[in-house]
Amino acid sequence: MRNLFRFIYRHYFFFLFLLMETLALGLTASYQHYHQSYFINSSNAIMARVYSMADNFSSYLWLRQENRLLAEENTRLLNIGRENYLITDRDEFVEEDSLYRRRYTYMNSRVINNSVVRRNNYFTLNKGRSMGVEPDMGVITTRGVAGVIVNVSENFSVGMSLLHSDFQLSVMIKKDGNIGSLRWEGDNHRRAHMSYIPPHIELQRGDTIVTSGFSTIFPEGILIGTISDWEIRRGETFYTAAIDLAMDYNTLTEVYIVTNLLREEQRELEESVTPDI
Amino acid sequence: MPGHHFKYTILFLLLVHVQVIVFNNVLLGNYLNPQVYVLFILILPVAVKGWLLLLLSFLLGLTIDAFSDSMAIHAASSVFMAFCRPGVIRFVAGRIPVDEPVIPSISQLGGFTIILYSIILIFLHHSLLFFLEIFRTDELMQTLSRILLNSGLTLVFVFLCFALLEGIFQDKRK
Repeated sequence: MRNLFRFIYRHYFFFLFLLMETLALGLTASYQHYHQSYFINSSNAIMARVYSMADNFSSYLWLRQENRLLAEENTRLLNIGRENYLITDRDEFVEEDSLYRRRYTYMNSRVINNSVVRRNNYFTLNKGRSMGVEPDMGVITTRGVAGVIVNVSENFSVGMSLLHSDFQLSVMIKKDGNIGSLRWEGDNHRRAHMSYIPPHIELQRGDTIVTSGFSTIFPEGILIGTISDWEIRRGETFYTAAIDLAMDYNTLTEVYIVTNLLREEQRELEESVTPDI
Repeated sequence: MPGHHFKYTILFLLLVHVQVIVFNNVLLGNYLNPQVYVLFILILPVAVKGWLLLLLSFLLGLTIDAFSDSMAIHAASSVFMAFCRPGVIRFVAGRIPVDEPVIPSISQLGGFTIILYSIILIFLHHSLLFFLEIFRTDELMQTLSRILLNSGLTLVFVFLCFALLEGIFQDKRK
C-alpha cells in the first residue's frame, strides 16, 4: 500500500493529467446532446455581461445595414395592413374569431455574441427565462433562420446557430413544394447544402428555398436562400443542392424569437403514433 | 517569483478577453479561428510546478469553454498540451536546471527554439481541439485543414506576443 502511494506520488503529474483529461472528456461526451442541462455556458451572468459590454461597442458597426433591413420590413408590414384595402362587404376578420387560432408569437431580441468561424457555432441573446424564453424556441431574422435556443438563464439565452454540425432544418423549394433537408457542411458561412431532392425534379439556378413548416419550431415560408448548384453525390440517389444563404450570419444583430403555442400538442400527438426504434 | 503572480493573472484575464471578444468574432477567413490564449500555457516559467501547470491550463480551457458554449473541449486540449509541455521543453532546449528561473522567451531560449517549442505544442492542442469539436470522421479533410491553417495562424500571433512581452517578463531574472 505504501509503495502504491509512493508510486502515485512520484508520478503524480501523469495521474493528475489523467484525472483532469477524463473529467474534461467526460463532460464533453455526456453533454454532447443535452445542452439544456450543461452548467458551463455563456448564458450565465459573468459571461453574458462581458458579451453585453463588447456588444455595446461592436453594435455600431452594422447600423447602416440594420436600418435598411428595418426599413424594408416596415414597408412589407405597411403593405399587408388592412387599412390599405377598401372594405367591400361586412365580412371582417376579427382576431378572436374561433376559426382562427393563434399559432406563433414573436418577440425581438439583440444578439450580443455570435460566431461563424467554428464548426459548431452558437450565439447569445439578451433575453432569458424572465421574458419567457425557453429551450427549443426558434430564432429567425427577416432573411433567414438563425437557430434554436438551447440554453436559458434568467436574463440571457444561448442559441445553436444554423451553422452547427447538429443542426438540420426541413426546407422546401418554394415554386413546387418539394421537401429536403438543409445542413451546413462547415466550409463557407454563406453556403449550406440541401439534400434528399428527388432526381426527377427540374432544378434551376436561383430557385428560392424556404422553411417547410414540418418542424414544430419554425413557421412555414421563412426565406432561406437560393439554389446555386446541384449534383448527385457518389453513392446517393438524390440531388444535393448548394444553397446561397440569404442571411449573412456574420452580421447577425437583431433577431425574432418564435414561440409555437401549439408545439406541445403537436409533439405529444406525433410521439403517440411514432413507434419506438 | 511573487512579482510574477500579478503579471500572470493580468495575462490570463487579458488573453481570455482578447480570445472571446476579438479572435472568436473577427472573420479572417472560412476556417480561421486562431486560439491565441494558449500563449498563457507556453509562457509559464519552465520550473512551474506540475500540478499548478495542469490546474491553470484546465481553468483556462474551461473559461474559454464557458464563453464559447463548447462543453469542455478547450479544457481537454489545454490539459493535454500542458501535459506534453515538460517533455517538449526537454526535447527542444535540453534539460534546464529546476532552480534557474527561466521563462520561455526569445532572449533566453532563442528565436528558433521558441518557434519549434510553440509549433509542436500548438499543433498538439489544435489537433485534439478540432477533432473533439466535430467528433466524427467524415469531413476529415476539412478538419485537417482547420488544424493546419489555425496552427500556422496561432503560431504567428503567439510569436508576435512573445516578441512584445519580451521586456515585461524578463526583468525579474536578475
